Amino acid sequence: MSRQSSRAPDPRKVNGELFTLTYGALVAQLLKDYEDDDEVNRQLEKMGYNIGVRLIEDFLARSNVSRCNDFRETADQIAKVAFKMYLGVTPVVSNWSAAGDEFSLLIENNPLTDFVELPDGHTDLNYSNLLCGALKGAMEMVQMEVDVKFVQDQLKGDNITELRLKFIRRLEDAVPAGED
Amino acid sequence: MATITKQKPSNLDKVLSKGRAEVNVATFALLFSEIVQYCQNRVYTVPELQTKLSEMGQHVGSHLLDVLFLREKGYKREIKLLNMLLFIKSSFWKTLFGKEADKLEHANDHEGTYYIIEKDPLVNRFISVPKDKGNLNCAAYTAGILEAVLNGANFPAKVTVHWHKGTTFMIKFDESVITRDKMVDGK
Repeated sequence: MSRQSSRAPDPRKVNGELFTLTYGALVAQLLKDYEDDDEVNRQLEKMGYNIGVRLIEDFLARSNVSRCNDFRETADQIAKVAFKMYLGVTPVVSNWSAAGDEFSLLIENNPLTDFVELPDGHTDLNYSNLLCGALKGAMEMVQMEVDVKFVQDQLKGDNITELRLKFIRRLEDAVPAGED
Repeated sequence: MATITKQKPSNLDKVLSKGRAEVNVATFALLFSEIVQYCQNRVYTVPELQTKLSEMGQHVGSHLLDVLFLREKGYKREIKLLNMLLFIKSSFWKTLFGKEADKLEHANDHEGTYYIIEKDPLVNRFISVPKDKGNLNCAAYTAGILEAVLNGANFPAKVTVHWHKGTTFMIKFDESVITRDKMVDGK
């Protein structure tokens, strides 16, 4: 029928709903196993961290971006290149702190939360906390320690989903001995 | 209550997307890898791990069922066994994995057993099975999705996963399904 799409599938892409529901299955399983929102948040962040640590290599290999000169440039790369590349969305960078070491990513259509409704009694759960971990892990691999947390979440009735990234320090000890 | 609570969005208020959204295969692969590791840390044996993965898959399948039938079949449910299997082999597989399943076969010696064969399933593409877990097949996850879809469509079945011509999903239907299908055919 007319609904059949004829475009050739891209082997570098995966159906978004399969991804979303897979993530949902994970969060549901974690909630069943830990029965505690904070613990689930921690687990999600840990898994995200593991993902970020590995994802950054793929990112550097494919994106052709060069070293960022300042944190503002980093913010742009995260929003316009990394998010676009891996989740297919482009968050808006905003709410810079005066010192320029802190900003927000405003996500309009978080692909992780399609089909999701947060049941009552889970006010502390940061459903998409995996993102925080992934950002932290990836940034750490490029010698930046950042703090990432959810400030607003559409799942909780906010107008927008807001991730806050704060630069903490440059990691200097990442170069293996004998190099450089 | 007098306190002002923020209104949480309801899925029913949103427009159902066309399902064209895609994410990078790396994102999915790494997420799936975390899931496998998580499951592995909570079980002792390979069969247990596969059961766990299948359970996760069932969660996905049961949520996919409605949206699939709504989009692909215009709200119509499937009542004939063979058509259901063909639907899974073609539309269902195509939607989820971007291609049709390689083969659908009927067991020679057992009426209620069918095989779907996929040479290189998406979930296995980035997994190298360690030597000491030779028979582990993480496509148990896909088997779980399949099982939930079949059960949800009222074709109760057990789906297991085997290393054979790539990966073979063995679908064993409940006897009631076969009996019913004969009745439908008889009309």
